[in-house]
Amino acid sequence: MPEKPKVAFYWCASCGGCEEAVVDLAEAILDVVAAVDIVFWPVALDFKRKDVEAMPDGSILATFVNGAVRTTEQEDMVHLLRRKSKLLLAFGSCSHLGGIPGLANLFDRDSIFQTAYRDSPSTVNPEGVVPRMQFRDNGHTVGLPGFYQTVRALNQVVEVDYYIPGCAPTPRIVRTALQTLLGGDLPPKGTVLAPDQALCDECPRKDTKPEQLSISEFKRPHQVLIDEEKCLLAQGLLCMGPATRAGCEAPCIRGNMPCTGCCGPTSRVKDQGAKILSSLASLVEGKQEDEIDRILDTIPDPVGSFYRYSLPASLLRRKKLNNVSNVSTPR
Amino acid sequence: MPDANPNSSQALSQRFEPRIVAFFCNWCTYLAADLAGTSRMKYAPNVRVVRVMCSGRVDPQFVLDALAHGADGVLIGGCHPGDCHYQEGNYKALRRYRLLRRMLQDLGIEEDRVRLEWISASEADRLRNAVNDMVERVRNLGPLRLEPTEEVFPEEVTV
Repeated sequence: MPEKPKVAFYWCASCGGCEEAVVDLAEAILDVVAAVDIVFWPVALDFKRKDVEAMPDGSILATFVNGAVRTTEQEDMVHLLRRKSKLLLAFGSCSHLGGIPGLANLFDRDSIFQTAYRDSPSTVNPEGVVPRMQFRDNGHTVGLPGFYQTVRALNQVVEVDYYIPGCAPTPRIVRTALQTLLGGDLPPKGTVLAPDQALCDECPRKDTKPEQLSISEFKRPHQVLIDEEKCLLAQGLLCMGPATRAGCEAPCIRGNMPCTGCCGPTSRVKDQGAKILSSLASLVEGKQEDEIDRILDTIPDPVGSFYRYSLPASLLRRKKLNNVSNVSTPR
Repeated sequence: MPDANPNSSQALSQRFEPRIVAFFCNWCTYLAADLAGTSRMKYAPNVRVVRVMCSGRVDPQFVLDALAHGADGVLIGGCHPGDCHYQEGNYKALRRYRLLRRMLQDLGIEEDRVRLEWISASEADRLRNAVNDMVERVRNLGPLRLEPTEEVFPEEVTV
């Protein structure tokens, strides 16, 4: 019997939702398991790092990595997996664009440690213990992975062959991507395995989008009773659809919530946040500065709304650090 | 003894010279720059002008791209309100600029680094003043120095 192709899964800075997304394939996962051998999958199987190290370079056909890269351990693991794999795929928003963990790029390491280990209301830490890369106790040295100032998307650390977008990727996106990969006729390297058009194109409310749209107030979902048929932008809701890649079949909009942009931009757009900013701002009513500002006041968090999943992959990548010395040293 | 003259060659060579990228609209501000040139006006040489058809053509991505690639500031010039060659383009530019300023502030970039000015084709003096003033303000702010990514992560691949 010919050997089945080997496949691996790994997670970095992520929530575990992408692992669920694999299981979300339901019965289809049986076809996947029948077609491949899973050789590494920390969440489900008991293989260790040393097992991966023992494999010959390039012996894994495809490795699916979810999660952004924040620590030295994650960095080492993706370098190792890159070496062992013919194809490396970014699976989900965090590895594709930095994702929700990437919003940590609005802060620096010290303030993150301060909040997480000292200030948060549920923390009891009278000795002020914070993680350190090395700690000596009774002659023994123990260590933790180092923590970088900046969260990175996978392709900012290693070369990535393909991207599977979404937070988490919907079963349809995963199924189509797997079919493309197993079909043998591979698309050009660097392709995002989802349709290259805006979500508005497959939005069930497309026909209700007015020709001329102008917004006099941005509304947040909890402030209004949302019409279930009408274009969300036309209702003043901040919908990322125009600047987001299609393929997910708009489950959020079908659930009467605006798109938050998890599938990232289309291939023609470099910076998703700037693009939706451009699109939304031009819809704002008014020609006077104060009038415009009054409307823009109803967007409480522009960065968090426009770059919810893509800050590390954006052109500026992070909030400017005031003290740039030692930014590269993990701690 | 240190030379106290701010225009001495030593002081000049040590002075920070900001790099400003300017997007000027084809119908007004670019013509003002032309007029300033033919009128032999002198102004700060720190501005690299990019001609665009309309200030409404300035995608916020252009501004971020400039900042990410070493510009210390970005100046956008368009026709006065009501004078846009394309009727509404400068209003769109204004709205985008107002929102972009807010977003840049959240990203730690001082608001004086990005500026929108209405300068008509006849206002060469206004152009000169806008450029000189912008250069001076950015000079006072100092270099933008966004995180120098290549040095920070030497193993990083370039996309």
